[in-house]
Amino acid sequence: MRRGSAVLPIFILITWILVLPVIALDSGNTDHQDTSNNTDTVYKGGSQNPDIPDFFVPPPPFSEGIFPCSGCHKEMKPNKQRRKLEMFHQDIELKHAGPQQWCLDCHNADDRDKLHLIDGRLIDFKESYLLCGQCHGTNFRDWKAGVHGKRTGEWNGKKLYRLCVHCHNPHQPRFKPLAPKPPPVRPEDIK
Amino acid sequence: MSKKIRNNPLGIKLNRRNFIKGSAMGLAASALPLTKKADASFLDVFFQKHFREMSKQEIQEVLDRFEKTYSEEYGKKVSVKATPAIPGVLFGYGLDLSRCIGCRRCVYACVGENNQSRDPQIHWITVLRFKNGEKWVDLENSESYYNPAEVPEPDHFYMPVQCQQCENPPCVRACPTQATWKEPDGIVVVDYNWCIGCRYCMAACPYGARHFNWSKPNIPPDELNPETHYLGNRPRYNGVVEKCTFCIQRTRAGKYPACVEVCPVGARKFGNLLDPASEIRYCIENKRVFRLKEDLNTYPKFYYFFAT
Repeated sequence: MRRGSAVLPIFILITWILVLPVIALDSGNTDHQDTSNNTDTVYKGGSQNPDIPDFFVPPPPFSEGIFPCSGCHKEMKPNKQRRKLEMFHQDIELKHAGPQQWCLDCHNADDRDKLHLIDGRLIDFKESYLLCGQCHGTNFRDWKAGVHGKRTGEWNGKKLYRLCVHCHNPHQPRFKPLAPKPPPVRPEDIK
Repeated sequence: MSKKIRNNPLGIKLNRRNFIKGSAMGLAASALPLTKKADASFLDVFFQKHFREMSKQEIQEVLDRFEKTYSEEYGKKVSVKATPAIPGVLFGYGLDLSRCIGCRRCVYACVGENNQSRDPQIHWITVLRFKNGEKWVDLENSESYYNPAEVPEPDHFYMPVQCQQCENPPCVRACPTQATWKEPDGIVVVDYNWCIGCRYCMAACPYGARHFNWSKPNIPPDELNPETHYLGNRPRYNGVVEKCTFCIQRTRAGKYPACVEVCPVGARKFGNLLDPASEIRYCIENKRVFRLKEDLNTYPKFYYFFAT
Protein backbone atom coordinates (compact mmCIF):
# COMPACT_ATOMS: atom_id res chain seq x y z
CA MET A 1 0.00 0.00 0.00
CA ARG A 2 2.74 2.46 0.96
CA ARG A 3 4.57 1.68 -2.28
CA GLY A 4 1.45 2.34 -4.35
CA SER A 5 0.82 5.77 -2.84
CA ALA A 6 4.41 6.83 -3.68
CA VAL A 7 4.04 5.84 -7.33
CA LEU A 8 0.85 7.86 -7.89
CA PRO A 9 2.32 11.40 -7.46
CA ILE A 10 5.25 10.49 -9.72
CA PHE A 11 2.81 9.24 -12.36
CA ILE A 12 0.82 12.49 -12.16
CA LEU A 13 4.03 14.50 -12.45
CA ILE A 14 5.14 12.62 -15.58
CA THR A 15 1.72 13.02 -17.14
CA TRP A 16 1.88 16.77 -16.57
CA ILE A 17 5.32 17.01 -18.11
CA LEU A 18 4.03 15.23 -21.19
CA VAL A 19 0.75 17.14 -21.45
CA LEU A 20 2.01 20.66 -20.72
CA PRO A 21 3.84 21.30 -24.00
CA VAL A 22 0.77 20.10 -25.93
CA ILE A 23 -1.42 22.64 -24.11
CA ALA A 24 1.14 25.35 -24.71
CA LEU A 25 1.26 24.52 -28.44
CA ASP A 26 -2.50 24.52 -28.66
CA SER A 27 -2.80 27.97 -27.13
CA GLY A 28 -0.18 29.15 -29.64
CA ASN A 29 -2.40 27.91 -32.43
CA THR A 30 -5.39 29.95 -31.43
CA ASP A 31 -3.35 33.15 -31.38
CA HIS A 32 -4.32 34.51 -34.80
CA GLN A 33 -3.43 38.07 -33.91
CA ASP A 34 0.24 37.39 -34.29
CA THR A 35 0.95 38.33 -37.89
CA SER A 36 4.58 37.62 -38.52
CA ASN A 37 6.83 40.09 -40.27
CA ASN A 38 8.33 37.30 -42.28
CA THR A 39 8.92 38.54 -45.83
CA ASP A 40 9.77 35.08 -47.08
CA THR A 41 7.45 33.56 -49.63
CA VAL A 42 7.18 30.33 -47.64
CA TYR A 43 3.97 30.24 -45.66
CA LYS A 44 3.60 27.91 -42.76
CA GLY A 45 -0.14 27.63 -42.92
CA GLY A 46 -0.16 24.92 -40.27
CA SER A 47 1.13 27.01 -37.39
CA GLN A 48 -1.15 30.03 -37.82
CA ASN A 49 -4.18 28.56 -39.49
CA PRO A 50 -4.51 24.88 -38.68
CA ASP A 51 -6.83 24.24 -41.63
CA ILE A 52 -4.51 25.79 -44.22
CA PRO A 53 -1.74 23.49 -45.43
CA ASP A 54 1.84 24.70 -45.73
CA PHE A 55 2.23 26.34 -49.07
CA PHE A 56 4.23 28.81 -51.08
CA VAL A 57 2.94 31.95 -52.69
CA PRO A 58 4.74 34.54 -54.72
CA PRO A 59 4.64 38.02 -53.15
CA PRO A 60 1.44 40.04 -53.74
CA PRO A 61 1.28 41.61 -57.23
CA PHE A 62 1.51 45.29 -56.30
CA SER A 63 1.72 47.97 -58.99
CA GLU A 64 5.25 49.29 -59.09
CA GLY A 65 6.11 51.75 -56.34
CA ILE A 66 2.70 51.55 -54.67
CA PHE A 67 3.76 49.66 -51.54
CA PRO A 68 4.27 50.51 -48.69
CA CYS A 69 1.12 52.61 -48.72
CA SER A 70 2.33 54.42 -45.62
CA GLY A 71 4.96 56.01 -47.85
CA CYS A 72 2.34 58.60 -48.83
CA HIS A 73 -0.43 58.02 -46.32
CA LYS A 74 1.75 58.51 -43.23
CA GLU A 75 1.54 62.28 -43.53
CA MET A 76 -2.13 62.36 -44.48
CA LYS A 77 -5.05 62.62 -42.13
CA PRO A 78 -7.44 59.73 -42.90
CA ASN A 79 -10.79 60.80 -44.33
CA LYS A 80 -13.17 57.97 -43.62
CA GLN A 81 -16.04 59.57 -45.52
CA ARG A 82 -17.38 57.45 -48.38
CA ARG A 83 -16.71 59.47 -51.53
CA LYS A 84 -15.42 59.43 -55.08
CA LEU A 85 -11.65 59.71 -55.02
CA GLU A 86 -10.40 62.76 -56.91
CA MET A 87 -6.79 63.36 -55.93
CA PHE A 88 -5.24 59.92 -56.32
CA HIS A 89 -6.20 56.35 -57.19
CA GLN A 90 -8.81 57.65 -59.65
CA ASP A 91 -7.72 54.88 -62.03
CA ILE A 92 -9.16 52.28 -59.67
CA GLU A 93 -12.67 51.50 -60.75
CA LEU A 94 -14.37 49.40 -58.10
CA LYS A 95 -16.49 46.71 -59.72
CA HIS A 96 -16.77 44.29 -56.84
CA ALA A 97 -20.05 43.42 -55.13
CA GLY A 98 -21.92 46.32 -56.68
CA PRO A 99 -22.21 49.74 -55.10
CA GLN A 100 -22.20 48.61 -51.47
CA GLN A 101 -18.43 48.07 -51.36
CA TRP A 102 -15.85 50.75 -50.94
CA CYS A 103 -12.13 51.14 -50.16
CA LEU A 104 -12.20 51.00 -46.37
CA ASP A 105 -14.22 47.78 -46.29
CA CYS A 106 -10.93 46.02 -46.91
CA HIS A 107 -8.19 48.65 -46.60
CA ASN A 108 -7.35 49.89 -43.15
CA ALA A 109 -7.38 53.68 -42.65
CA ASP A 110 -5.23 53.82 -39.53
CA ASP A 111 -2.45 51.48 -40.63
CA ARG A 112 -2.34 51.70 -44.39
CA ASP A 113 0.11 48.83 -44.82
CA LYS A 114 -2.47 46.36 -43.55
CA LEU A 115 -5.88 45.12 -44.56
CA HIS A 116 -8.59 44.53 -42.03
CA LEU A 117 -11.08 41.75 -41.60
CA ILE A 118 -14.70 42.41 -40.82
CA ASP A 119 -14.06 41.84 -37.09
CA GLY A 120 -11.30 44.46 -37.09
CA ARG A 121 -8.33 42.12 -37.06
CA LEU A 122 -5.44 43.48 -39.09
CA ILE A 123 -3.86 41.21 -41.66
CA ASP A 124 -0.93 41.47 -44.00
CA PHE A 125 -1.33 41.94 -47.75
CA LYS A 126 0.28 38.55 -48.22
CA GLU A 127 -2.55 36.97 -46.22
CA SER A 128 -5.31 38.60 -48.24
CA TYR A 129 -6.97 35.20 -48.80
CA LEU A 130 -8.35 35.51 -45.26
CA LEU A 131 -10.09 38.71 -46.31
CA CYS A 132 -11.52 37.26 -49.54
CA GLY A 133 -12.60 34.13 -47.68
CA GLN A 134 -14.96 36.12 -45.48
CA CYS A 135 -17.47 36.43 -48.33
CA HIS A 136 -16.27 33.72 -50.70
CA GLY A 137 -16.28 30.90 -48.19
CA THR A 138 -16.90 28.05 -50.60
CA ASN A 139 -14.13 29.21 -52.90
CA PHE A 140 -11.83 29.66 -49.91
CA ARG A 141 -12.56 26.10 -48.84
CA ASP A 142 -11.76 24.80 -52.34
CA TRP A 143 -8.65 26.97 -52.53
CA LYS A 144 -7.30 25.50 -49.32
CA ALA A 145 -7.84 22.02 -50.72
CA GLY A 146 -5.99 23.03 -53.88
CA VAL A 147 -9.03 22.86 -56.13
CA HIS A 148 -9.99 26.50 -56.66
CA GLY A 149 -7.18 28.26 -58.48
CA LYS A 150 -4.01 27.18 -60.13
CA ARG A 151 -1.31 25.04 -58.55
CA THR A 152 2.13 24.48 -59.95
CA GLY A 153 5.04 22.48 -58.62
CA GLU A 154 4.71 18.91 -57.44
CA TRP A 155 1.49 16.91 -57.25
CA ASN A 156 2.89 14.98 -54.27
CA GLY A 157 5.16 17.61 -52.76
CA LYS A 158 5.86 21.33 -52.69
CA LYS A 159 3.15 23.28 -54.45
CA LEU A 160 3.13 26.87 -55.47
CA TYR A 161 -0.19 28.42 -54.52
CA ARG A 162 -1.31 31.82 -55.68
CA LEU A 163 -3.10 34.49 -53.72
CA CYS A 164 -6.63 35.31 -54.90
CA VAL A 165 -5.27 38.62 -56.21
CA HIS A 166 -2.74 36.95 -58.49
CA CYS A 167 -5.58 35.92 -60.78
CA HIS A 168 -8.45 38.22 -59.76
CA ASN A 169 -7.95 41.94 -59.67
CA PRO A 170 -9.46 42.67 -56.24
CA HIS A 171 -11.10 45.84 -57.54
CA GLN A 172 -12.56 44.13 -60.62
CA PRO A 173 -12.45 40.42 -59.88
CA ARG A 174 -14.20 39.14 -63.01
CA PHE A 175 -11.81 37.55 -65.50
CA LYS A 176 -11.02 39.54 -68.62
CA PRO A 177 -11.58 37.65 -71.91
CA LEU A 178 -8.46 36.31 -73.65
CA ALA A 179 -7.48 35.81 -77.27
CA PRO A 180 -7.55 32.06 -77.98
CA LYS A 181 -4.63 30.21 -79.54
CA PRO A 182 -5.14 29.18 -83.19
CA PRO A 183 -7.59 26.38 -83.96
CA PRO A 184 -6.31 23.03 -85.25
CA VAL A 185 -5.76 22.56 -88.99
CA ARG A 186 -8.84 21.17 -90.71
CA PRO A 187 -8.31 17.81 -92.42
CA GLU A 188 -9.06 19.34 -95.82
CA ASP A 189 -6.29 21.92 -95.29
CA ILE A 190 -3.59 19.33 -94.73
CA LYS A 191 -1.35 19.22 -97.78
CA MET B 1 9.56 -29.08 -121.06
CA SER B 2 8.28 -26.88 -123.82
CA LYS B 3 10.25 -23.77 -124.63
CA LYS B 4 7.05 -21.89 -125.36
CA ILE B 5 6.85 -18.63 -123.49
CA ARG B 6 3.55 -18.11 -121.73
CA ASN B 7 1.67 -14.89 -122.39
CA ASN B 8 0.89 -12.67 -119.49
CA PRO B 9 -1.48 -9.70 -119.19
CA LEU B 10 1.38 -7.19 -119.17
CA GLY B 11 2.78 -8.63 -122.35
CA ILE B 12 6.20 -9.19 -120.86
CA LYS B 13 8.02 -12.07 -122.43
CA LEU B 14 10.16 -13.78 -119.88
CA ASN B 15 11.63 -17.23 -119.96
CA ARG B 16 12.46 -19.30 -116.94
CA ARG B 17 16.23 -18.73 -117.08
CA ASN B 18 15.85 -14.95 -117.23
CA PHE B 19 13.29 -14.99 -114.48
CA ILE B 20 15.59 -16.90 -112.12
CA LYS B 21 18.53 -14.66 -113.04
CA GLY B 22 16.47 -11.56 -112.49
CA SER B 23 15.11 -12.62 -109.15
CA ALA B 24 18.58 -13.54 -107.93
CA MET B 25 19.83 -10.10 -108.96
CA GLY B 26 16.83 -8.45 -107.33
CA LEU B 27 17.40 -10.24 -104.07
CA ALA B 28 21.04 -9.27 -104.09
CA ALA B 29 20.08 -5.65 -104.80
CA SER B 30 17.54 -5.57 -101.98
CA ALA B 31 20.25 -6.81 -99.63
CA LEU B 32 22.59 -4.01 -100.65
CA PRO B 33 21.03 -1.07 -98.69
CA LEU B 34 20.90 -3.33 -95.66
CA THR B 35 24.61 -4.00 -95.81
CA LYS B 36 25.32 -0.33 -96.45
CA LYS B 37 23.18 0.86 -93.53
CA ALA B 38 24.05 -2.08 -91.37
CA ASP B 39 25.73 -0.19 -88.58
CA ALA B 40 24.96 -1.61 -85.16
CA SER B 41 22.10 0.80 -84.34
CA PHE B 42 20.01 -0.13 -87.38
CA LEU B 43 20.15 -3.81 -86.54
CA ASP B 44 19.68 -3.06 -82.85
CA VAL B 45 16.47 -1.18 -83.56
CA PHE B 46 15.32 -3.94 -85.87
CA PHE B 47 15.92 -6.69 -83.35
CA GLN B 48 14.91 -4.71 -80.24
CA LYS B 49 12.78 -6.73 -77.83
CA HIS B 50 9.37 -5.70 -76.49
CA PHE B 51 9.78 -3.08 -73.77
CA ARG B 52 8.22 -5.21 -71.06
CA GLU B 53 10.37 -8.22 -71.94
CA MET B 54 13.65 -6.36 -71.65
CA SER B 55 15.85 -6.63 -68.57
CA LYS B 56 16.96 -3.49 -66.76
CA GLN B 57 20.31 -3.65 -68.48
CA GLU B 58 18.77 -4.11 -71.90
CA ILE B 59 16.50 -1.11 -71.31
CA GLN B 60 19.52 0.96 -70.33
CA GLU B 61 21.32 -0.02 -73.51
CA VAL B 62 18.26 0.95 -75.56
CA LEU B 63 17.99 4.30 -73.75
CA ASP B 64 21.67 5.05 -74.34
CA ARG B 65 21.26 4.24 -78.01
CA PHE B 66 18.23 6.53 -78.37
CA GLU B 67 19.95 9.35 -76.48
CA LYS B 68 22.83 9.13 -78.93
CA THR B 69 20.58 8.97 -82.01
CA TYR B 70 18.33 11.85 -80.94
CA SER B 71 21.23 14.01 -79.78
CA GLU B 72 22.87 13.60 -83.19
CA GLU B 73 19.64 14.19 -85.06
CA TYR B 74 18.57 17.33 -83.19
CA GLY B 75 22.02 18.73 -82.45
CA LYS B 76 21.55 19.01 -78.71
CA LYS B 77 21.74 16.82 -75.64
CA VAL B 78 18.54 14.78 -75.42
CA SER B 79 17.91 12.59 -72.39
CA VAL B 80 15.68 9.54 -72.69
CA LYS B 81 14.51 8.02 -69.43
CA ALA B 82 12.31 5.07 -68.58
CA THR B 83 11.36 6.05 -65.03
CA PRO B 84 9.08 3.29 -63.71
CA ALA B 85 5.71 3.87 -62.04
CA ILE B 86 5.77 4.97 -58.39
CA PRO B 87 4.27 2.21 -56.20
CA GLY B 88 0.92 3.07 -54.61
CA VAL B 89 0.07 5.69 -57.22
CA LEU B 90 -2.86 5.69 -59.62
CA PHE B 91 -3.09 8.93 -61.53
CA GLY B 92 -6.37 10.75 -61.91
CA TYR B 93 -7.26 13.99 -63.63
CA GLY B 94 -9.97 16.53 -62.98
CA LEU B 95 -11.25 19.24 -65.30
CA ASP B 96 -13.55 21.99 -64.13
CA LEU B 97 -15.93 22.74 -66.97
CA SER B 98 -17.39 25.73 -65.17
CA ARG B 99 -13.98 27.44 -65.35
CA CYS B 100 -12.58 26.45 -68.76
CA ILE B 101 -12.65 29.40 -71.14
CA GLY B 102 -11.51 27.53 -74.25
CA CYS B 103 -8.28 29.51 -74.75
CA ARG B 104 -6.32 26.45 -76.01
CA ARG B 105 -3.25 27.31 -73.91
CA CYS B 106 -3.22 23.65 -72.81
CA VAL B 107 -3.16 22.40 -76.41
CA TYR B 108 0.02 24.26 -77.28
CA ALA B 109 1.73 23.68 -73.93
CA CYS B 110 1.20 19.98 -74.61
CA VAL B 111 2.64 20.23 -78.13
CA GLY B 112 5.79 21.89 -76.76
CA GLU B 113 6.23 19.57 -73.80
CA ASN B 114 5.51 16.35 -75.62
CA ASN B 115 7.28 16.98 -78.94
CA GLN B 116 4.25 16.58 -81.18
CA SER B 117 4.72 17.10 -84.89
CA ARG B 118 4.14 20.72 -85.92
CA ASP B 119 3.50 20.05 -89.60
CA PRO B 120 1.62 17.82 -90.21
CA GLN B 121 -0.02 19.04 -87.06
CA ILE B 122 -0.77 16.73 -84.15
CA HIS B 123 -2.64 17.93 -81.06
CA TRP B 124 -3.23 15.56 -78.17
CA ILE B 125 -5.88 17.88 -76.70
CA THR B 126 -8.99 18.91 -78.60
CA VAL B 127 -11.10 21.69 -77.11
CA LEU B 128 -14.76 21.30 -78.01
CA ARG B 129 -17.20 24.18 -77.94
CA PHE B 130 -20.86 23.77 -77.08
CA LYS B 131 -23.71 26.19 -77.08
CA ASN B 132 -25.42 26.68 -73.76
CA GLY B 133 -28.66 24.80 -73.44
CA GLU B 134 -28.12 22.49 -76.39
CA LYS B 135 -27.89 18.74 -76.20
CA TRP B 136 -24.24 18.97 -75.50
CA VAL B 137 -23.40 15.31 -75.03
CA ASP B 138 -23.86 15.18 -78.78
CA LEU B 139 -20.09 15.30 -79.24
CA GLU B 140 -20.16 14.79 -83.00
CA ASN B 141 -21.88 18.13 -83.48
CA SER B 142 -19.53 20.09 -81.26
CA GLU B 143 -17.23 22.72 -82.71
CA SER B 144 -13.47 22.36 -82.39
CA TYR B 145 -12.38 24.94 -85.00
CA TYR B 146 -13.90 27.98 -83.26
CA ASN B 147 -11.75 31.06 -83.65
CA PRO B 148 -13.27 34.23 -82.18
CA ALA B 149 -11.24 37.31 -81.23
CA GLU B 150 -11.79 36.61 -77.56
CA VAL B 151 -12.89 33.73 -75.38
CA PRO B 152 -15.04 32.88 -73.52
CA GLU B 153 -17.80 33.71 -75.99
CA PRO B 154 -21.20 34.50 -74.53
CA ASP B 155 -23.60 31.55 -74.38
CA HIS B 156 -20.93 28.96 -75.01
CA PHE B 157 -18.93 26.58 -72.90
CA TYR B 158 -15.86 24.54 -73.64
CA MET B 159 -14.73 21.01 -73.00
CA PRO B 160 -11.15 19.89 -73.61
CA VAL B 161 -10.86 16.21 -74.49
CA GLN B 162 -7.68 14.19 -74.37
CA CYS B 163 -6.76 10.61 -73.49
CA GLN B 164 -9.00 9.57 -70.60
CA GLN B 165 -6.50 6.94 -69.37
CA CYS B 166 -9.25 4.32 -69.08
CA GLU B 167 -8.98 1.58 -66.48
CA ASN B 168 -10.56 -0.67 -69.11
CA PRO B 169 -8.92 0.69 -72.25
CA PRO B 170 -10.46 -0.56 -75.51
CA CYS B 171 -7.37 0.60 -77.44
CA VAL B 172 -5.14 -1.83 -75.56
CA ARG B 173 -7.36 -4.77 -76.40
CA ALA B 174 -7.43 -3.77 -80.06
CA CYS B 175 -3.66 -3.69 -80.51
CA PRO B 176 -2.48 -6.77 -82.44
CA THR B 177 1.17 -6.40 -81.39
CA GLN B 178 0.75 -5.41 -77.72
CA ALA B 179 2.53 -2.19 -78.51
CA THR B 180 0.21 -0.32 -76.14
CA TRP B 181 -0.62 -1.20 -72.55
CA LYS B 182 -1.69 0.19 -69.20
CA GLU B 183 1.12 0.90 -66.77
CA PRO B 184 0.76 0.18 -63.01
CA ASP B 185 0.09 3.88 -62.32
CA GLY B 186 -2.79 3.79 -64.77
CA ILE B 187 -1.17 5.56 -67.73
CA VAL B 188 -1.82 3.97 -71.11
CA VAL B 189 1.44 4.08 -73.03
CA VAL B 190 2.68 3.20 -76.53
CA ASP B 191 6.02 1.65 -77.41
CA TYR B 192 6.72 3.40 -80.69
CA ASN B 193 9.16 0.67 -81.63
CA TRP B 194 6.46 -1.98 -81.50
CA CYS B 195 3.65 -0.02 -83.07
CA ILE B 196 3.05 -1.23 -86.63
CA GLY B 197 0.74 1.65 -87.47
CA CYS B 198 -2.40 -0.42 -88.13
CA ARG B 199 -4.50 2.23 -86.32
CA TYR B 200 -6.91 -0.35 -84.85
CA CYS B 201 -6.47 1.43 -81.50
CA MET B 202 -7.61 4.70 -83.05
CA ALA B 203 -10.75 3.00 -84.30
CA ALA B 204 -11.30 1.45 -80.87
CA CYS B 205 -10.85 4.67 -78.87
CA PRO B 206 -14.21 6.32 -78.22
CA TYR B 207 -12.58 9.64 -77.33
CA GLY B 208 -10.54 10.33 -80.47
CA ALA B 209 -7.51 10.57 -78.25
CA ARG B 210 -5.02 8.69 -80.41
CA HIS B 211 -3.20 10.35 -83.25
CA PHE B 212 -1.26 8.98 -86.19
CA ASN B 213 2.03 10.18 -87.61
CA TRP B 214 1.27 10.35 -91.32
CA SER B 215 4.82 11.43 -91.98
CA LYS B 216 8.02 11.81 -90.00
CA PRO B 217 7.21 14.22 -87.15
CA ASN B 218 8.47 17.68 -87.89
CA ILE B 219 9.87 19.33 -84.75
CA PRO B 220 12.17 22.36 -84.99
CA PRO B 221 15.37 21.33 -83.15
CA ASP B 222 15.36 24.46 -81.00
CA GLU B 223 11.80 23.68 -79.85
CA LEU B 224 12.49 20.04 -79.02
CA ASN B 225 11.96 19.29 -75.35
CA PRO B 226 15.15 17.37 -74.48
CA GLU B 227 13.72 15.83 -71.29
CA THR B 228 12.04 12.74 -72.70
CA HIS B 229 10.63 9.40 -71.60
CA TYR B 230 10.84 6.22 -73.65
CA LEU B 231 7.08 5.64 -73.33
CA GLY B 232 6.15 9.27 -73.69
CA ASN B 233 7.53 12.29 -75.45
CA ARG B 234 10.61 10.97 -77.22
CA PRO B 235 10.57 11.85 -80.92
CA ARG B 236 8.29 9.48 -82.80
CA TYR B 237 8.65 7.62 -86.09
CA ASN B 238 6.70 7.96 -89.26
CA GLY B 239 3.68 5.64 -89.14
CA VAL B 240 3.17 5.19 -85.40
CA VAL B 241 0.31 6.13 -83.12
CA GLU B 242 0.78 8.51 -80.19
CA LYS B 243 -1.37 9.83 -77.35
CA CYS B 244 -1.49 11.79 -74.11
CA THR B 245 0.50 10.12 -71.33
CA PHE B 246 -0.37 12.58 -68.51
CA CYS B 247 3.16 13.92 -69.26
CA ILE B 248 4.73 10.70 -68.02
CA GLN B 249 8.19 12.32 -68.01
CA ARG B 250 6.93 15.00 -65.60
CA THR B 251 4.39 13.19 -63.44
CA ARG B 252 6.68 10.26 -62.63
CA ALA B 253 9.21 12.85 -61.46
CA GLY B 254 6.59 14.36 -59.14
CA LYS B 255 5.67 17.34 -61.29
CA TYR B 256 2.25 18.39 -62.55
CA PRO B 257 1.46 17.79 -66.23
CA ALA B 258 2.21 20.73 -68.53
CA CYS B 259 -1.48 21.39 -69.27
CA VAL B 260 -2.22 21.73 -65.54
CA GLU B 261 0.53 24.28 -65.07
CA VAL B 262 -0.34 26.42 -68.08
CA CYS B 263 -4.11 26.70 -67.56
CA PRO B 264 -4.76 30.39 -66.85
CA VAL B 265 -7.99 29.74 -64.96
CA GLY B 266 -6.83 26.77 -62.88
CA ALA B 267 -9.46 24.47 -64.36
CA ARG B 268 -7.17 21.45 -64.48
CA LYS B 269 -6.53 19.26 -61.42
CA PHE B 270 -4.23 16.31 -61.06
CA GLY B 271 -3.26 13.86 -58.37
CA ASN B 272 -3.08 10.38 -56.94
CA LEU B 273 -6.44 8.61 -56.78
CA LEU B 274 -5.15 6.35 -54.00
CA ASP B 275 -4.20 9.27 -51.73
CA PRO B 276 -7.26 10.47 -49.74
CA ALA B 277 -5.62 13.89 -49.25
CA SER B 278 -5.01 14.53 -52.95
CA GLU B 279 -6.69 17.26 -54.97
CA ILE B 280 -8.36 14.81 -57.31
CA ARG B 281 -9.92 12.90 -54.40
CA TYR B 282 -11.27 16.17 -53.02
CA CYS B 283 -12.89 16.86 -56.40
CA ILE B 284 -14.46 13.42 -56.61
CA GLU B 285 -15.74 13.55 -53.04
CA ASN B 286 -17.00 17.15 -53.04
CA LYS B 287 -17.93 18.05 -56.61
CA ARG B 288 -20.44 16.78 -59.11
CA VAL B 289 -18.10 14.76 -61.30
CA PHE B 290 -18.86 12.77 -64.40
CA ARG B 291 -16.81 10.77 -66.83
CA LEU B 292 -17.10 11.00 -70.57
CA LYS B 293 -19.11 8.22 -72.27
CA GLU B 294 -19.41 6.36 -68.98
CA ASP B 295 -21.88 3.98 -70.58
CA LEU B 296 -19.10 2.38 -72.63
CA ASN B 297 -17.63 0.78 -69.51
CA THR B 298 -14.17 2.17 -70.17
CA TYR B 299 -13.78 3.50 -66.61
CA PRO B 300 -11.88 6.69 -67.49
CA LYS B 301 -9.61 8.21 -64.85
CA PHE B 302 -10.43 11.65 -66.21
CA TYR B 303 -13.16 13.39 -64.22
CA TYR B 304 -15.07 16.38 -65.51
CA PHE B 305 -16.80 18.47 -62.90
CA PHE B 306 -18.58 21.73 -62.22
CA ALA B 307 -17.10 23.52 -59.24
CA THR B 308 -19.75 26.21 -59.10
